[in-house]
Amino acid sequence: MSAYKDQDPRLHGIKTKIRVVPDFPKSGIMFQDITTLLLDPKAFKDTIDLFVERYKGKNISVVAGIEARGFIFGPPIALAIGAKFVPLRKPKKLPGKVISQEYILEYGRDCLEMHVGAVEPGERALVVDDLIATGGTLCAAMDLLERVGAEVVECACVIELPELKGRERLNGKPLYVLVEYIEI
Amino acid sequence: MFVLENGANKGEDSRLQAISEAIRVVPHFPKQGIMFQDITTLLLDPKAFKDTVDIFVDHYRDMDISVVAGVEARGFIFGSSIAIGIGAKFVPLCKPGKLPGEVISEKYVLEYGTDCLEMHVGAVEPCERVIIMDDLVATGGTLSAAIRLLERAGAEVVECACVIGLSDLKVRRKLNGKPLYILLEPRQVENGF
Repeated sequence: MSAYKDQDPRLHGIKTKIRVVPDFPKSGIMFQDITTLLLDPKAFKDTIDLFVERYKGKNISVVAGIEARGFIFGPPIALAIGAKFVPLRKPKKLPGKVISQEYILEYGRDCLEMHVGAVEPGERALVVDDLIATGGTLCAAMDLLERVGAEVVECACVIELPELKGRERLNGKPLYVLVEYIEI
Repeated sequence: MFVLENGANKGEDSRLQAISEAIRVVPHFPKQGIMFQDITTLLLDPKAFKDTVDIFVDHYRDMDISVVAGVEARGFIFGSSIAIGIGAKFVPLCKPGKLPGEVISEKYVLEYGTDCLEMHVGAVEPCERVIIMDDLVATGGTLSAAIRLLERAGAEVVECACVIGLSDLKVRRKLNGKPLYILLEPRQVENGF
């Protein structure tokens, strides 16, 4: 589900603040740069508010954020809804005992880790990242949470690239995004 | 400079006590001899995490700060919420190759070798009043590089803000002439997490 279709008046301001950088990190990719959104305090606050309005009062006790841009959006959402914030990180960054989930990239593999004990069985969790592309990273994140017995209620991203069909990769888990980017 | 010392009132004392106790000490990470201050356990305590952000927001709210610059990645966790709380921009300072637009870079020295911090050109305007956020300050190498980046862009670095700061900074009270605002000293003993 995309809030953009519902035309909340705040969404236009958010979408126009996202800068598209062509050919980064490599030729052919139109990179969605959210750092320009962060330079507009009202638009950034609106972004957070849209997520908070959706998730407040839904008994969500965990917001898991994917390193590193998920660390920008996830914590303010967690704070506003009274949930824990759990960082999901690249290997060897977390100091304590971790569980790891490998996932496939276009070329090669990567890995996401979470601290053991951060999330308890039965907790209701959100996964937050700035963007969903192919959905590979989000799937790894959901796997980590489900392996420790949490219930992933929804994945929440600022931006979706619908042409990459990440939504279908989420195994039926709901996805909530604020804006879509479609290359014309 | 250390909030616990600086005549913080009784209410603030008990908040800081809870924040300190929520931080896990992991011995010998990333290498032998280092008592790693793990703030991820603080993030698992919604009240203590909120108190941490609130203390910084209360401190900076009336200081006319227009930019919070956060050092990747743990500086993002605290910095973005503080920025929202005081109505400032949030500017991420990143490792090389992460920022997609035109950047300025600042190298700094590690124990072995060098590292580099980058910021987008145009994120910060000359004369903007900036605070720099990271979870912890140790040698000050990373924060010093961050200060240089912001000053090269013409900004005024008002203060550096960290949840934890190593105790010898208590003696210096400043980093490269910039004031430091630090909530806690590191715990040295494993604390039963």
